[in-house]
Amino acid sequence: MDAGNVAWVLASAALVLFMTPGLALFYGGMDRSRNVLNMLMMNFWCLLAVPLVWVTLGFSLAYAGAGEWIGNGDWFFLKDMNISGEDGGTLLLACVFLGMFAVITPALISGAVADRMKFAAWAIFVPIWVLLVYCPVSFWIYGGYWGSLVETGTGTVTGFLGARGSLDFAGGTVIHINAGIAALAAVLVLKKRKGWPKQGHPPHSMPLVMIGTGILWMGWFGFNAGSAFAANGQAIQAFLNTFLAAAAAGIAWAVVERIKDGHFTNLGVASGIVAGLVAITPGAGFVSGMSPIFIGLAAGLICVFAVQLKFKAGYDDALDVVGVHFVGGLVGSLLIGFFADPEFFGGTFKEGLFYGGDASLLLEQALAAVVTIVFSFIVTFAILKVLDLMMGIRVPEDDEERGLDLAQHAETAYHSGDQQMERV
Amino acid sequence: MKLVTAIIKPFKSDEVKTALKAAGIAGMTVSEVQGFGRQGGHSETYRGTEYQIDFVPKVRLEIVVDDADVPKVIDTIVASAATGKIGDGKVWVSAIEEMVRIRTGERGSDAI
Repeated sequence: MDAGNVAWVLASAALVLFMTPGLALFYGGMDRSRNVLNMLMMNFWCLLAVPLVWVTLGFSLAYAGAGEWIGNGDWFFLKDMNISGEDGGTLLLACVFLGMFAVITPALISGAVADRMKFAAWAIFVPIWVLLVYCPVSFWIYGGYWGSLVETGTGTVTGFLGARGSLDFAGGTVIHINAGIAALAAVLVLKKRKGWPKQGHPPHSMPLVMIGTGILWMGWFGFNAGSAFAANGQAIQAFLNTFLAAAAAGIAWAVVERIKDGHFTNLGVASGIVAGLVAITPGAGFVSGMSPIFIGLAAGLICVFAVQLKFKAGYDDALDVVGVHFVGGLVGSLLIGFFADPEFFGGTFKEGLFYGGDASLLLEQALAAVVTIVFSFIVTFAILKVLDLMMGIRVPEDDEERGLDLAQHAETAYHSGDQQMERV
Repeated sequence: MKLVTAIIKPFKSDEVKTALKAAGIAGMTVSEVQGFGRQGGHSETYRGTEYQIDFVPKVRLEIVVDDADVPKVIDTIVASAATGKIGDGKVWVSAIEEMVRIRTGERGSDAI
């Protein structure tokens, strides 16, 4: 394997891992101070549980074989994946890099279920969701690629959506549309927080939110540019696209809020940045020139209003996972149908409408979105309904009032005063 | 002995402390509090949701002094804490029944 490629992909994997603690801080700062540790814990749990599920079953189910619907067991328990031989570590590299994505995808859902979900239920939900929802959707877009790459030297996607020409460079459909709609299913099972929507809370720590945003943006360079799996021109362009879309979206969101609500806020900037990063994720390696700026602007302008939907529709998406990740991912994924530029990349994918193509790519993007939405919503809803019947997924009202940090973890985030305490 | 309590604007607390020290006041206790009087609160908007925050951060000073020093303390606080704008705060005086210095056991005025 090319040393430059390995170095870049390994560095990217580390960057993507860093996004999960970044997300934890982004959400945690927006949450209330008596629940911040619970929010952090939901995210850190993904870092603990998903790697184990991934290397045993998940990676194989998400990528192995040459099927259309789901992977086979060729790579269960890292079977036949080694660092010698002709492939020389390619599969292990793919496994570890892609595993970071499997970690952060369920973590995205945590923002929606804030302040009221039993941690034990969350802990069980995460690995089940990865296997039953994340792996199939991932396979539909990417399945078959790695097996064929290692065997023949050329990667061919056999997963039914990817094989039809559906594009998703770094996981706009597989991660953001998927987790975003799963979050909607989750909040419908979990139901509203006490007092919502009449009562709410401002973010308890905007500095934490901004730190988290910075970590997410930096990590996203690994998320998008690392998905080129090479230190090459596509990686460079994906990196640049990631840089521009975030900036454009950050400005768009904050300016709309300035006009609509009166002030240019940090939360507006942070939300816009994330919306832009989400939207550029599916097209990061397929769009060129000024396109990422338009994609970012679209994401910022649409998502700033999309986060109000929950009030109209009556679902308590606490930290706007649906409004940012679902809607942002959908916008970005569909815009590929307009902006895809295969000539720039020397690629064989279809052109977008603005680059001489017809509507067929846009239709493929829409199909992939619809299929993912229907599947993810139904299966996520079912998993949580079953868990709710078996163990109850919502905390008791008393715990919701006194705070999950104390009730679920016996921890307090902020101790004031410098007390000397007796060890029991 | 009297307890002089003052609620002042937080950014004035250093100035008031300095003025009181210059006036010969040996010690005080300061706490961060919230409150409102005629000064209104403010609103904050997060992702389109507006929150009206009535409480305004203030600093509370508590100083125990001999009865004879009360007018001087009040005058010093008022002079150093005032900005002329709404929200400057208030000072009030209450009686103290007993006071003890923990280190030495001194009581009454000796403990001030």
